[in-house]
Amino acid sequence: MKIVDQAANALSFVEDKVHESHFDRIIWMLRTRRDQAAREVPEWEELRELASQIKEHTLSRLGDYLEEFEASATKRGVHVHWARDAHEHNEILYSILADHQVKNLIKSKSMLTEECDTRPYLQRRSITVTETDLGERIQQLADEPPAHIVGPAWQKTNEDIAELFAKNYGADPNNTDAAYLAGQMRRNTRPLMEHGDAGMTGANFAVAESGAIVTVTNEGNADISANAPKLRICSVGIEKVIPKNEHLAVFIRLLTRSATGERITQYTSHFLAPRKGGEMHVILVDNGRSERLGMDNFWHSLKCIRCAACMNTCPVYRRSGGLSYGSTYMGPIGIIMMPTFDVRRYSELPFSSTLNGSCTNVCPVKINIHDQIYAWREVMEEKNQIKFVKKEAMIVADKILSNPHLYRIAATAGETALSALPRFALYNTLNAWGRHRELPHPVKQTFHEWYKENRPVQDGKEK
Amino acid sequence: MRVGLMVPCYVDMFYPEVGIATVELLEKLKVDFEYPYDQTCCGQPMANSGCYEEAKATEELFIQLFHDYDYIVAPSGSCTHHIRNKFSAAAATPEREAVSKKMLDLVEFLHDVLKVDKFPWASFPHKVALHTSCSAIRGLGMASMSELVHQKSFSKPKSLLERVDGVQFVEFERPDECCGFGGTFSATEEAVAAKIGYDKLAYIDAQHPDCIVSSDMSCLMHLQGCARRMKQEKRFLHVAEILNGASL
Repeated sequence: MKIVDQAANALSFVEDKVHESHFDRIIWMLRTRRDQAAREVPEWEELRELASQIKEHTLSRLGDYLEEFEASATKRGVHVHWARDAHEHNEILYSILADHQVKNLIKSKSMLTEECDTRPYLQRRSITVTETDLGERIQQLADEPPAHIVGPAWQKTNEDIAELFAKNYGADPNNTDAAYLAGQMRRNTRPLMEHGDAGMTGANFAVAESGAIVTVTNEGNADISANAPKLRICSVGIEKVIPKNEHLAVFIRLLTRSATGERITQYTSHFLAPRKGGEMHVILVDNGRSERLGMDNFWHSLKCIRCAACMNTCPVYRRSGGLSYGSTYMGPIGIIMMPTFDVRRYSELPFSSTLNGSCTNVCPVKINIHDQIYAWREVMEEKNQIKFVKKEAMIVADKILSNPHLYRIAATAGETALSALPRFALYNTLNAWGRHRELPHPVKQTFHEWYKENRPVQDGKEK
Repeated sequence: MRVGLMVPCYVDMFYPEVGIATVELLEKLKVDFEYPYDQTCCGQPMANSGCYEEAKATEELFIQLFHDYDYIVAPSGSCTHHIRNKFSAAAATPEREAVSKKMLDLVEFLHDVLKVDKFPWASFPHKVALHTSCSAIRGLGMASMSELVHQKSFSKPKSLLERVDGVQFVEFERPDECCGFGGTFSATEEAVAAKIGYDKLAYIDAQHPDCIVSSDMSCLMHLQGCARRMKQEKRFLHVAEILNGASL
């Protein structure tokens, strides 16, 4: 697989001024709503600490809690399957669907199925998959992956959506009213929901003591997807398990406030058992998670509850667009998670950060995201995944900056210093800095030269 | 008390006036300090890029030059954050640990150690837009963080500037959003870096300050580059310059 060049993808997004400013504006608004919602909860920091501890405890006994979940769910008549990886997940899912002669699958949003490339897998086997989440459906019609893990289509303007619906649904291309557009979607997707042969959801949480699959949604589409057809399938990443129902009291309060600034979403649904005469299957998916759990420096991202607060606050994500990462998970959490899937393909992602640390501060489960970004950069060095030009420049920088004599030759006032800048301060060509910015003006005298001239005596010694 | 003065490489080369202001200010405050002549850099450009092997010798040089001082002071939150919290390329010796422990940003040194309560030689009757770097805010805790909504609001650089006659502050949107510099990021993702910088300038501009002030010249180097590209001539000053008595 080709290495994802996030910087190049981001450049074209930045040049698309309409979408860049649209995206930055609405995503930043989510950050401000999150702040407002957190302000209403005096014990906010205590909740974050609790959530972090519950997750860390659970991950330390993950196998036990997963087996407890399996036992609780099985007791209620749920079929529990275990999938080692994406391929096994898709095979298990397909075999269930094939057993029931399913032609139409309705599906609510699930980042896990994005991770597993489930939709194309099923479509190649002649199963029609209809996304029922508004944003995810928009992305499906546009043939694009989600740009944001909470609002997949937030990168699109109303105009984009009107155009897309005009093309697909014959809607009025000039009517960009949100209510009109939502109505168009409802009219066109609702019948597909009603006639689905099987329904599929992801999970926000899987509760070990009760065997419940918990989804947190606003549109109600997960409930329709799960309840309308007789056959219901839930795909769950193994890190989604939590020990007890009471822990939801911590997570739900944090999740919705962190994600969108809502105190709670319209629906928090607990799926416990198949409906009468129906069947319910849960597929527990590993897909690299066990391996990540064994990584001393990088298991922390398994605490993630997918609220996207880190993405919303990230100045780079908001200006780069979600698609620039070329990955299922994007933004700060994405750039520490994706290399665990494929270190070469995602080797550039940890460099798509200014290391400003805001992500770590908003994370409701206290993942030390920016420290992990930094640590991943060192891993890329160890695994020889640093770009040749960058590596070469750093070798030059090493030589100059570790040698006072060479440094003084490089750092001489006037044009010399300027030409030395890219070599050891910025390593790239002058053009990289200068493409969108002016270079600092050359100086007549460096600080060092000034000091030597004006403070010649130090410690009683002439220098 | 013996203080070692670190002047960051980019200040040495591009903003000597900030180094000079720091020297003059420390002299006015009668601080016994030295500027070790052989200093170069903290190695952050390499370490920040993942190339810690290449950062090793530079860190070793820094440790050798600075480990004997009681305090090490630099007019840079970014270098201070790196040396205090990320200095791990050199071998873990007591000297390395000492250097990390003794490292202070100039603002911290004035605010927390010297506890300077007035700068009688300084007067700055102007409207200031204060930008504090992410390294200073989230790395060193020099100011409260907007994400930690229950934290009491404070800012050490602001509190020092308030002790200068005449200084007024303007409040602008997204005050502690990153300026987009990010070290080597500013070259590897130059387009995004610049866009974040343009946005920061727009928020600041909307409040019509007389100048943009920071305790980190690296942020200002980036913002100045963005401003000049937009054909805007703006004044950028380091906190040390105002505390030392600069005028506009």
